[in-house]
Amino acid sequence: MSTATAPAVRPPSNQSSLRHRLAERGVDRTLWLLLPAVAFIVLLFMYPFLYGLGLSFQPSHGGGIFGNYAAFFSDPYLRNTIWKTLGLGLPAALFNVIASIPIAYLMRGKVRGKRLLTTLLVVPITLGTVLTAQGLIMYAGPTGWLNTVLLDLGIIDEPLTLIHNWIGVFLSLIITGFPFAFLLTLSYISGIDPALDKAAATLGAGPMQRFRTITMPLLAPGLVITFTLSFVLAFSVFPSAQLVGDPTGSTRVMSIAAYDAAFQQFDFPMGSTMAMIMAVVMLVVIGLVMLWRTTLYRGATGGKG
Amino acid sequence: MTDNHFRELRLDGVSRAYGSQNALNDLNLTISGQEFIALLGPSGCGKSTALNCIAGLLPLTGGSIYLDDRRIDTLPPEQRGFGMVFQNYALFPHMSVRKNIGFGLKMHKVPKAEAAKRVDEAVALVQLQEHQHKAPGQLSGGQQQRVAIARAVALHPPLVLMDEPLSNLDAQLRLEMRMEIRRLHQNLGLTTVYVTHDQEEALSMADRLVVLRLGVMQQFGTPEEVYDHPANAYVAGFMGYRNLLELDIVTADAEKVSARGKHIALVGANRESVTTGRAIAAIRPEDFTIGATDGNRIEVTVDIAEYHGRELSVQASTADGLSIYFRTSERVAPGDHVVLGVPAHRVLVFRSDNSIDADVQQTTEDAPAGVGAGGPGTGR
Repeated sequence: MSTATAPAVRPPSNQSSLRHRLAERGVDRTLWLLLPAVAFIVLLFMYPFLYGLGLSFQPSHGGGIFGNYAAFFSDPYLRNTIWKTLGLGLPAALFNVIASIPIAYLMRGKVRGKRLLTTLLVVPITLGTVLTAQGLIMYAGPTGWLNTVLLDLGIIDEPLTLIHNWIGVFLSLIITGFPFAFLLTLSYISGIDPALDKAAATLGAGPMQRFRTITMPLLAPGLVITFTLSFVLAFSVFPSAQLVGDPTGSTRVMSIAAYDAAFQQFDFPMGSTMAMIMAVVMLVVIGLVMLWRTTLYRGATGGKG
Repeated sequence: MTDNHFRELRLDGVSRAYGSQNALNDLNLTISGQEFIALLGPSGCGKSTALNCIAGLLPLTGGSIYLDDRRIDTLPPEQRGFGMVFQNYALFPHMSVRKNIGFGLKMHKVPKAEAAKRVDEAVALVQLQEHQHKAPGQLSGGQQQRVAIARAVALHPPLVLMDEPLSNLDAQLRLEMRMEIRRLHQNLGLTTVYVTHDQEEALSMADRLVVLRLGVMQQFGTPEEVYDHPANAYVAGFMGYRNLLELDIVTADAEKVSARGKHIALVGANRESVTTGRAIAAIRPEDFTIGATDGNRIEVTVDIAEYHGRELSVQASTADGLSIYFRTSERVAPGDHVVLGVPAHRVLVFRSDNSIDADVQQTTEDAPAGVGAGGPGTGR
């Protein structure tokens, strides 16, 4: 009897089971909702990227498809922009992450004025780099408040050169990058169950030991992410390198070189080439950092985060 | 730390306030070495606050704590050397079970060989040998709590504090862990302070228990004392006297009280020296009989009868809508009219709730008085 009914039942069940199996893997009609996002990425990111990549292989001054890349690496003035950019981006990102750890650690619980402080910290992010750079010129410039006060107090004899050099760009990267790193670190640190700290205390660990053995290992993966994002932000520095830096010398970063090539010399292929090299350098750094992250504990940290 | 015995832990007027709110009010408590003490009460009664104050995780706002003659409330938690077990286990997720258990030994710089030996002991104690190299996240809730207990006792602390350690476990596991904790306590000669909201847990595990309400100690006594001679209507309600009937006092002497409501007349034991006005009669559901007893007579209509195997658990109401809970082996059905009785010595008469609230406000005099009342009871 079962042999008679089985063939009649099977075809529809097969059909529905395929759909069922797909649905189990997350393939169903709701996937269409992804369409706007996919279109957005393709049109506004993938297309310009691939167009730029293609352009970089069509040098305006000849030399084969790798002509631009050869030109870039053979010219020390261009090649050194890589080191200048890394020389700004890495220390700035590192400083922002390291400086945010103790402050976030102190602010992890219920602290009076926490909301006020976080609000104040968000302000520089919203102001943007141009306004920050302008403020920095007014404050730290040769005739700015800082130098005026220091000179009047007789602490220094000559104004400190804090802008139009590496220091100026570094300061600007900290002003805009620190709040970002701090807010991220704070959210990671609040995600660690406070009971772990208490448990460690009852087991005889002092404040420094607790920080070293409990908080840091659980925070480290989050710090790596924070560092990566801070680095990406700092690496693509352009306005401040131009405004409070030394755009033809010590702070001639890759974005400035690319801008000059594309919009001063109207060599779009060369500009694209530099943008591509910039992307590769950034990916190499991120790749190395993420590789290191895989060696850390990355599981649950027990908290609300 | 190596000598894990002490004579007594003394809490002397310990208080903890959050702003203007008193979470713990003038707690006086003396715990002897090797005792198992339960702090019992509903959430918000201050029991966890008390435990955290002993552990040093919360600073006191008043009073002091002494371990024998040494004042310890000024020490940070890491210098008190007490073991603590947390409700959510608080295991270090990035360390193996062994490393978790050995953490305290490492912090106290116990030599490696000695530490390994003691971790082995602690692992064996909670029977986790086959799981010792796993991460805590790979264990079940019961196993995780066993790790937490092993971690707390690996240092042989003079005092082990447990903050509702079983409340995240299922019922069956809770019963097993209860036995296991009690076994560890006895075998290791520990002194344990155990916080719980479950009176059954407290009664079954503790040598003595502290009943707290709104940050004020209501009673401190052995399980028998608290169960049979609750100090006031609140403790009675918490100890299974499910019927708390507010009545008018007719006559009262030192031993007996006669009180009545609209459809109720009861004679009971005077437990809080009531004289006139309102009083609360506390009666356990299982003490009711079918048919008047000792002149106590309550007429009720059965509302709900739950089947509990050998007996029924019944909710009934009097003519004016007062709910009465009783247990009976007789088969009654909803709608039945039943006359209930209760032996006079099983009716405990306390001051009415209003006066308990007054007690809470003027705690300093009344909390110790509550302890006194928990002593050997008046006649039955």
